[in-house]
Amino acid sequence: MAIYLIVALDVLNGIASLFLLCLGLAIIFGMMKIINLAHGEFIMLGAYATVISANAGVNIWIAMLVVAPLFVGILGLVIERCLIRFLYGRLVDSMLATWGLSLLIIGIITTIYGNTQQGVPTPLGGFSIGSYQSSYYTLFLASMAIVMMALVYGVMSYTRLGLIARATMQNPAMAATLGVNPARVYMSTFTVGAAITGLAGGLLAPVSGITPGMGGAYVAKAFMTVVGGGAAILSGTMSAASLFGAVNQIGAYFTTPVYGEVLVFTAAIVLIRLLPQGISGRFFKGNL
Amino acid sequence: MPFSRRRFLRHSALATTTLIAAPTVFRSGAFGAENPIIVGSLHDQSGPIAASGTPMVYALQLAVNEINAGGGLLGRPLKVIHYDTQSNIQMYSQFAQQLAVKDKVDVVHGGITSASREAVRPTFDRFKVLYFYNVLYEGGVCDRNTFCTGTTPAQTVEKLVPSAMKKAGKKAYIIAADYNYGQITAKWMTKYVKDNGGEVLSTDFFPLDVTNFGTTISKIQAAKPDLILSALVGGNHTAFYRQWTSAGMKGKIPIASTTFGLVNEPTTLDAAESDSILGSYGYFEELTTPASKSFVEKIKKAHPDSPYVSELAACTYEGVMLWAAGVNKAASIDRMKVIAALEDSVAFDGPSGKVSLDKATHHTTRNAFLAEVKDRKWSVLESYSDVKPADTASVCDLVKNPNDTKQYIINL
Repeated sequence: MAIYLIVALDVLNGIASLFLLCLGLAIIFGMMKIINLAHGEFIMLGAYATVISANAGVNIWIAMLVVAPLFVGILGLVIERCLIRFLYGRLVDSMLATWGLSLLIIGIITTIYGNTQQGVPTPLGGFSIGSYQSSYYTLFLASMAIVMMALVYGVMSYTRLGLIARATMQNPAMAATLGVNPARVYMSTFTVGAAITGLAGGLLAPVSGITPGMGGAYVAKAFMTVVGGGAAILSGTMSAASLFGAVNQIGAYFTTPVYGEVLVFTAAIVLIRLLPQGISGRFFKGNL
Repeated sequence: MPFSRRRFLRHSALATTTLIAAPTVFRSGAFGAENPIIVGSLHDQSGPIAASGTPMVYALQLAVNEINAGGGLLGRPLKVIHYDTQSNIQMYSQFAQQLAVKDKVDVVHGGITSASREAVRPTFDRFKVLYFYNVLYEGGVCDRNTFCTGTTPAQTVEKLVPSAMKKAGKKAYIIAADYNYGQITAKWMTKYVKDNGGEVLSTDFFPLDVTNFGTTISKIQAAKPDLILSALVGGNHTAFYRQWTSAGMKGKIPIASTTFGLVNEPTTLDAAESDSILGSYGYFEELTTPASKSFVEKIKKAHPDSPYVSELAACTYEGVMLWAAGVNKAASIDRMKVIAALEDSVAFDGPSGKVSLDKATHHTTRNAFLAEVKDRKWSVLESYSDVKPADTASVCDLVKNPNDTKQYIINL
């Protein structure tokens, strides 16, 4: 019995981390149609911000929950002003530019901190279920995923800010005639997306190996999840993250980690073939 | 100035002569007088493997500087031509060609991963350039043109597994990276577990970009092994040790690894995450012999920011020194003469102790050490002297088949 609970926790952990990793991308790519190939590097920067501030004496929770999103958010703002704002509506160009950006960021971080690994120990401890052990951090990640979901949902549906953002994404010209400044909306949306990605990096820092190239391990899965999820940021990302996270973890448990990875990508191909608009394009049409 | 046909002709004639003469002038000015022996170096100094490659380049420079300070070889100075292969196999092939064809080097030291070695080895065979591979690896390379100075499983894994089993118990669970190093090392681990009367409960392989080890940790718990044997590689896989600790498993099942701590892991992980992990290599920075101390001191003095000075750096240093001893013995830089001299059991007393080349396998007989991580450093528990590369020796005999150029995958 205990083993089922432990596996359920692993699945929960897989889903929560995937959701957190993808939320920022869902906003930047799903809403703004900017292909951000530097997404993995935003995660890496969040992780570095956490590790470096934590090692400099900042409380680990503050480093994860405040420093990481703040740093990557500000950086996102600068990047939007200097690069991204010239690329709205140019899908392919944004892909090339952000790819270059990702190489640049990796290069800069390697130059400053070298290629060796960084890290912080995982806070919280483990607990036991029967004769099995799991970690409280898993539960923390899951609750952070729920908090972020609620936060994005709340802001998007119940605030004026969210309304303006959604309206601008749908029809910038119409929003502009109603007195909204689309450029500013795009800017702040990109900043928020970057900050959320930074937060994901911060949250993953204590449980992953941190090197300048670590973003590469996440970017493909993040895009797969966002595309699989479809247009609705929240319901789409959540449903795709649940599907892929569960397939990965359960697959890895019953076969081997190699097949776990293969199964996820197979599931993604089948999904996109059957639902070209993503999960939300079929089942949650018009949802957030 | 008026422009005349005569002036034009004179100027162009002068220019042409200069152009034609330039190479000879440059050659005699910069190189000709000293006529150096050229050492090629192919190491990754950027990309994911840079942390391994960087100390190797430092060690190679140190060895070359020391040889030059002592008057060079055969009265000629050494000159290094180094290419940063950027953790990219394609760069290896490209630069290997360049070293052989354009730079006309006398020897090449380099290659880090087994894949990179197999990418360049045929090139050096074809162009008849002597090649040294100075990295611990899965064993089996049998090539008269190639010398492998690092340790092989028979030298380290064979010591690691029984010591770990003696401490922990007979049931082992193997986790390894999913490429040739991990696959073959896992086979060796299995063999040594069985040889020592134990049992392998399961062997799991992980692609290099796997970052979430949650299910693996659950599976390990369900299997209830006495011992974990790990050949996980690289930054993403370090996450395993972290997640293992955060699940509260640290200290419940001991871990022994053939890869942990080869680069910087003990200093970057927290003491709680890495304490008491067992490892076995041909060299540890913490060895207290005078030769080892002065070796580490010299590297850290020249490069204060150098990553951990592991077996990779020590073997590179010893590799260059062994080659130099061979050249001196042959009294010639001619490739076949140097090979014949090296085969005549050339030895060198290096940071890891006495290293001698074995004629039949072109591998080294060298010391091996067993150590445990303690407070973010290795603490050496045991040393074994003059361990032979028995794995490769069981399949490779260059005395009988001098034309062999294969890497044998040893059947277990």
